[in-house]
Amino acid sequence: MVDQPTSIDIASLVKRHGATLAVDHVSLSVRRGEFFSLLGPSGAGKTSVLRMIAGFETPDEGTIRIDGRSMEAVPPNRRPVNLVFQSYALFPHLTVAENVAFGPRMQGAPRGEITSRVRVALDMVKLTSKEERLPAQLSGGEQQRVALARALVNRPAVLLLDEPLSALDQQLRQEMQVELKSIQERAGCTFVCVTHHQEEALTMSDRVAVMHQGRVLQIGSPQDLYESPTTAFVARFIGVSNELRGIVRRIDGDRALVQSPDLTGEIRIVLPIHTPVREGSAVTVLLRPERLRLSTEARGLSGEQSLAASVDKVLYSGSDRHYMVRLGERLVWNVRVPNDESGRNGLVRGNAIHVRWQVSDAVVLIE
Amino acid sequence: MKIPSPAGWAESSGRTVSWWLLGPGLLWMGLLFFVPLCLVVVISFAGRGTYGGIVWSFSLTNYLDLLHPLYARILGQSILMAAGTTLLCLIMGFPLAYYIARAAPGRQRIWLLLVMIPFWTNFLVRTYAWMFILRTEGLLNTLLLKLGLIAAPIELLYSNTAVVIGLVYGYLPFMVLPLYVALERMDRTLVEAAWDLYATRWAVFWRIILPLTRPGVIAGCLLVFIPSLGAFLTPDLLGGARSMMIGNLIQHEFLVARDWPLGAAISCVLMLCVVGMMSWSLRTAKPLSQREHES
Repeated sequence: MVDQPTSIDIASLVKRHGATLAVDHVSLSVRRGEFFSLLGPSGAGKTSVLRMIAGFETPDEGTIRIDGRSMEAVPPNRRPVNLVFQSYALFPHLTVAENVAFGPRMQGAPRGEITSRVRVALDMVKLTSKEERLPAQLSGGEQQRVALARALVNRPAVLLLDEPLSALDQQLRQEMQVELKSIQERAGCTFVCVTHHQEEALTMSDRVAVMHQGRVLQIGSPQDLYESPTTAFVARFIGVSNELRGIVRRIDGDRALVQSPDLTGEIRIVLPIHTPVREGSAVTVLLRPERLRLSTEARGLSGEQSLAASVDKVLYSGSDRHYMVRLGERLVWNVRVPNDESGRNGLVRGNAIHVRWQVSDAVVLIE
Repeated sequence: MKIPSPAGWAESSGRTVSWWLLGPGLLWMGLLFFVPLCLVVVISFAGRGTYGGIVWSFSLTNYLDLLHPLYARILGQSILMAAGTTLLCLIMGFPLAYYIARAAPGRQRIWLLLVMIPFWTNFLVRTYAWMFILRTEGLLNTLLLKLGLIAAPIELLYSNTAVVIGLVYGYLPFMVLPLYVALERMDRTLVEAAWDLYATRWAVFWRIILPLTRPGVIAGCLLVFIPSLGAFLTPDLLGGARSMMIGNLIQHEFLVARDWPLGAAISCVLMLCVVGMMSWSLRTAKPLSQREHES
């Protein structure tokens, strides 16, 4: 995965909508054959980026290159990309087969070739039996497959997907996450997907760019983003995270002691390599709910940190129990405990416990 | 006392209620449209009295008279001019309707208002205005002469061209409005999708926009073609002696020649033409879902 050539190269892309910067100097490159996601809340500018790649919007500044070719002044019908629309945008007056054949037909492919390519594309999305149906006679999931086939049949250099699963119900959405990923592997084509759904982005993507207010905050593998977020926004947007704001009081090798106004004691943290932290730096310490353990014992194992707390609330979600534990007046953390020991009711509200975690599991952000 | 809910009330006496709703309109149309229509049909089979009265006898003479080449020529010319008017309205109305449908919602309302503004003035007055524009020494000729584009005034008024200009002017809004409705309802991402799938702008128009707005196109064409075919005011004022349309012929037979039976027969033929064309186009304009079940 290292030496793969670049498929899309975007350099300081800017798009203004009136006075606001919808896309604010976005630079990123997508590798060939990669499943790349643009993740962010609505209004983050991710759809604008996608529409500029497709050619429906013109950048105010910056460049887009696809396979090394500048896309400046290239209209959508001449770009080697195809877009799967959020609403699918299937042509209602054409059958499934005619919808899929539209692209090759417009490119002037010979009739025989069109037929075989349509068959291959419909086969890839497992829809061969519904060729003669009209879009209105298909279920939402089937319509989505037609939209995919209609784009893939053109063998685009890049397939663009705009919120591909948002119109599907929960169960279908999870099935399609797996399906999309395997279609991408079968087609061997670069996918760029826009989504606001973090779980979707993590499950499907090789790499994710997190966007907020027109800017790219962080680009990395799902694991990078989850394990080592570089901003509090990314940490909050991807998964749940417990936060503690404080001041570094003492540095001892690769460890630091942090004091927080929300806590009575101090906590020890491991500093990531090359963190420019000094005594007196303001930091935010992040801890994932599943990295925390609850214990009645105050003393932990070596390399563990422990804080006294009390159970505030217990939320049962089937596979897990989520404990809201109070560590101070204004500080409540979320602790996720897997439900792996049947019959044990665990803790109830008001129980005094200790929250423990591996010191190295804490992520440190410098303010 | 038990007060029935609106739903229960509608359900229990639904049949009675709907007849009452239908009543006034039905009565009006029955007495003032259907009965006279029947009279026209009956008269078309009657004979003409020496001084213009109706002789109550049954014959097909009036219809056989219509086979005369002169009438066929007038009918043919009327159809041709109505068709030309419809085509011109379509060619001019489609881009206009497309523009309006894609404008911002606030702008759309202003444009639609502008399209309908001519209706605030009487049609007769507006047609007289066209006479002033098209006359030999009228506005248009004066302007073209001043600009040096023509050496001598062109004879526009009292010609088929003038009639078509007047008809296109008069009926363009009837084309624009249904087209606007159809275009406004069309999902715009479909245009983007086609464009994304390598379609040129022409291909997007022919393969996506036109098929999807066909009901609007057909409705607009009917709304222009039918009144154009029966028009008599515009050809009367703007047309010359040779540009008589079937509407003028009917008017002439009833009011000048006082041959009511022949006028009635022409009316019946015209109506049959219109009904035939309408039923054909309504079948073509049927929504996709309905056509699916037939094939």
